[in-house]
Formats: sequence, C-alpha cells, structure tokens
Amino acid sequence: MINAVPPVLDITPLLALQRLTKRFGGLTAVKDVSFTVEHGAVAGLIGPNGAGKTTVFNLITGQYQSDQGEIFFAGTRLNGLRTHCIITLGIARTFQNIRLFQKLTVLENVLAGCHYRMHSGLVAAMLHLPSQQREEQEAIDRALQELEFVGLRQQASALAKNLAYGDQRRLEIARALATQPRLLVLDEPAGGMNEQETEALIGLIGRIQARGITILLIEHDMRLVMRACEKLVVLEHGGKIAEGPPEQVRCDPKVIEAYLGTEDDM
Amino acid sequence: MNRFTSFAVALFVALMAVAPLFLNAYHVDVLNSIGLYGLLALSLNLILGEAGLFNMGHAAFYAMGAYTAAILNTRYQIPILWTLPLSALVAGFFALAVARPVVHLRGDYLLIVTIGVSEIVRIALVNDVFGITGGANGIFGISRPELFGFVIRQPQHFYYLIWGFVAFTIFLFLRLKQSRFGRALNYLREDEVAAEGSGVNTDYYKLAVFGLGAAWAGMAGTLFAAKMTIISPESFSFWESVVLFMIVILGGAGNVAGVLLAAFLVIGLPELFREFSSARMLVFGLVMMVMMLVRPQGLLPAKSRQFSFAELSNKGSFR
Repeated sequence: MINAVPPVLDITPLLALQRLTKRFGGLTAVKDVSFTVEHGAVAGLIGPNGAGKTTVFNLITGQYQSDQGEIFFAGTRLNGLRTHCIITLGIARTFQNIRLFQKLTVLENVLAGCHYRMHSGLVAAMLHLPSQQREEQEAIDRALQELEFVGLRQQASALAKNLAYGDQRRLEIARALATQPRLLVLDEPAGGMNEQETEALIGLIGRIQARGITILLIEHDMRLVMRACEKLVVLEHGGKIAEGPPEQVRCDPKVIEAYLGTEDDM
Repeated sequence: MNRFTSFAVALFVALMAVAPLFLNAYHVDVLNSIGLYGLLALSLNLILGEAGLFNMGHAAFYAMGAYTAAILNTRYQIPILWTLPLSALVAGFFALAVARPVVHLRGDYLLIVTIGVSEIVRIALVNDVFGITGGANGIFGISRPELFGFVIRQPQHFYYLIWGFVAFTIFLFLRLKQSRFGRALNYLREDEVAAEGSGVNTDYYKLAVFGLGAAWAGMAGTLFAAKMTIISPESFSFWESVVLFMIVILGGAGNVAGVLLAAFLVIGLPELFREFSSARMLVFGLVMMVMMLVRPQGLLPAKSRQFSFAELSNKGSFR
C-alpha cells in the first residue's frame, strides 16, 4: 500500500524541547528532557518539589541557557536568545513568586506588556509628538482590554502592591497577555489561591485558550491540572518520567511512585 | 494636578521670575548655584531615581561637559553656548563607553564602579591628560556667553540663562516620564527580571538612561564653565557626586519637585547660614540622619502616574 501524501499543514509543534540538559555546578537540574506542546493546547508540567520544572521554564524563556539540547518555538531556535527577544517572538510568562512592579499602578504594569509593540523613542517622548500620543492611547486601550479580560478593570488606577494576592496573580497574567503571545507559560498560577479563586482561574485558562493562545503551566493543584490540561509532562529529579493525557499519566506506576514512594519505602 | 499643586507651582514660577529684581548679586549667585545643582540632580534623577541605577560618579560626566566646552572655546574660539550639543555628545558617549561593560552590575557593585570612573576622570584631568586639560590649574580665560548679540556677564543674566535651561529640562523630563521610555526606566527600577520578561530590552534602557543623564550633566558642565570662566579639577571631586546623590535621595528619587526642593535645601541652606561657619555642617549632617530615619522615601516621594478619565474611558471589551 502506498503511503498517502500528508496534507500541507503546520504540523510542527508550537514548542519543542529536544534533549535539554542544565547543570548548576555538580547538580543536574534538568536531564535530557524532551517534549512538545501542540498549537492551541493546554499542557501541564508537573512533578514533586525540586524536580526542575521552573528551571525548564527559565530555559524556555531564556533566563538560563541550556548546557545541551535545543528549544524550538514555531520553528525558530531559541537557544542563545535573550529573554526580551524570546518575548518578542510570542512567548509570555508569569512567575512562581509574583513579580509585579509593586509601586506602579495596575495599568502601568499591563502597559509593560505593550512596550515592545510600541515604537516611539526618546525624542518623540520628550516632545509628545502626535504619533506618540496616539500610540500611547492605543496602548492604554489595549491594556484596559486585558484588564477587563481578567476582571481587574476597576482597579486600573490602584497600586499593584495594594491588590489582593489572587488579583496580583491575575494582574501578572494580564501583563503577559498584553504582549499578545502565542504561547503563555504560567508558573504555578494557582499558588496561594483559595478554592473559589482556583475555580475562577480554571475559567480564565479556558477563555485564554479560546483566544487561540497555547498554554504551558506548572501546577501542584492536581484538580486544576486534571481539569484544565489536555497533556501532562511529569518530571522527577530533572528527568522526564511520563508524558501523555492526564487519565493515562495518573495511572502510570512511575508517576505514582514519584509522588507516593515505592511499596518498599512503606 | 490638583488645585493646591497648580497654585504652588504658579507661585514658585512667579517668584523665581522676579527674584533677581529684589535680591543682591550674592544671593542671585547662590540661586545660580542652586540652578546648576538642580540641573545636575535632575539628570542624575533619571539614572538614580527613575531607573534605580546607583551612580555615584555623576561629577565625571559634568566634568566631561565642562572641559569639552572650555577646550573648544579657549583653543578654537567656538562660542561657549554653541558647544552645548558637543558637550552633551562627548559626555553622553563617554557614559555609554564606561557603562557598556558594567551595566549588568547591580546596586552597590555599580556604585563602586561609578566612583572609580569619576576618580579616574578627576585624576586624568589633574595629570593634564593629552596636554589639553591644563593640569591642576585647569583652564582659564573662557569667554562670556553671548545670546543674540547680548553678552551675558552679570549674575542676574546668568540667572535667567541657567533657570531658563532648568525650566526647559523640567518640561522635557516631565513629558519623558509619561511615555514608553519613562515607564521602561521605572520597570527597571521596580523589577529588572519582570521587565525583561515583559519584553523590555533592559540593557538598552540602562545604557540609554546613562547616556541621556550624562549628556544633560555635560550641558550643565558647559553652563558652569561659562559662568565661572575658569574651571579646574577640584570643581569635579567625588564630593560633588555625593552631594548630587544626596539631593536625589533626600528630595525623593523619581520626583522632579522633590529633587528641586532638595537642591534648594542642600545648596541654599549652607550658604544662608555661612556665619555659623563650621557648626552648619554639623547641623546639616544631623538633619540628614534624622531625615533618613523618619522619612527614608525622601521629602516628596515619587508618585505614580495618574491617568485621566478620558484616557481610561475606553469602552471596548475584549473580542
């Protein structure tokens, strides 16, 4: 039988990690990790504490450089690129320990995400040229839309540090969305949230996905992971031990062992 | 701006506009010094207050500007005010050159490097580098500035030149604050990692603000050279950098009004209390210590931008 010619489609995954390794001195934080994230998916990266999840995120967004292996985003090799260039390519992230611009307003925080799509420079800024004014208003409008989207529109003029914890997490997501990413990388978005807030977050993740944005998240809250993610990658001691749909991964003996220990331990 | 602040600003501008008519030459000269330090402090405020980069070597850029103006004027007879853009360029590019290799340093590490740079500049000037700086004696015989055929000589005339330039600077810097560039500096100060992670090229903005702040300090140097007609390395000592650093922190880093107020206090008060001679520095030191204990955020701390209702009245919701 003759193989059918595959249709011309963008079948390359949006994000592909190939045999990624990162060492800190004698410690290998990430060991030979490969996985892919398909267009439009919500993927989860899980594993016990210290498994290397955040290190993988930092490798993707260029905060760290890998010792071996390659990262491809929509066909572009990310190795060696600086973080702000990677953001420009269409990856946005949030941080495990919230990193907002504390003493600036909520709106100014979101405007940071609009920054790289704006063009006016020093002279235009000092003279407030009409083009600069127009661009500024467009950015403000865009930022307000993102605030509306995450439900923080009313707090636009408040200082970021005065927001409630859950709101700060949502503000970080709004700032990331303002960069108009194709891939959103969330580092423990439900960390420190109560049940209600987590529920709202699951809804928000769904709405982000509906905008056509692919999501990769780290999360400890298994209810959220099982409900929101279509695919899970499990790390332990820096290595990948399982990958697949949530139902499959939760039954994987290796995963159960990583989380609960072996029978010998008991 | 609320009504009280608008009134205060209007009153201040009106007072400053007529002040030379009622003051003697000595007091006008004190105001001129305050204006120059205010100008320098405003330029340092961009680097230290807005971007949060600890620069304690600002006098080096000031010196670059003053010497550029003095050398061009005395050797090539270029009118002193024409050298303003050149002084800005020389000081700005010098800042870019020294900042490039050290820009990734943070906080106290950057502070130490900038102190080193300013000392290198001062010692190079003392040692008559390239045989053009006049060594420890400096450069004298700088010609009086001329504006549209009018020769500026008296302190009263310099007053309007200097404070006019201060007003021009405030006008530009306040606008800069409400822009993409100004915000990028604040993002740097608040959280560099988050700024880079939001797509802001942090290295670019660090260099840009060093270049801009230094260029402005260079122009202040030109005005200083024009006012003094003689410059020497001792005018650009480490102490000057410390005073400028102090003005910015004391006034409220990132607040233009606060920085100006602090320039009045730090430069003006010691002049007013000259008769108490040595005791005044003692009081001054004490005041500084009390300030840092009771109000570490400065006299007038930086305020975050208030967006107008019109700017916020976007009705569109997302998709």
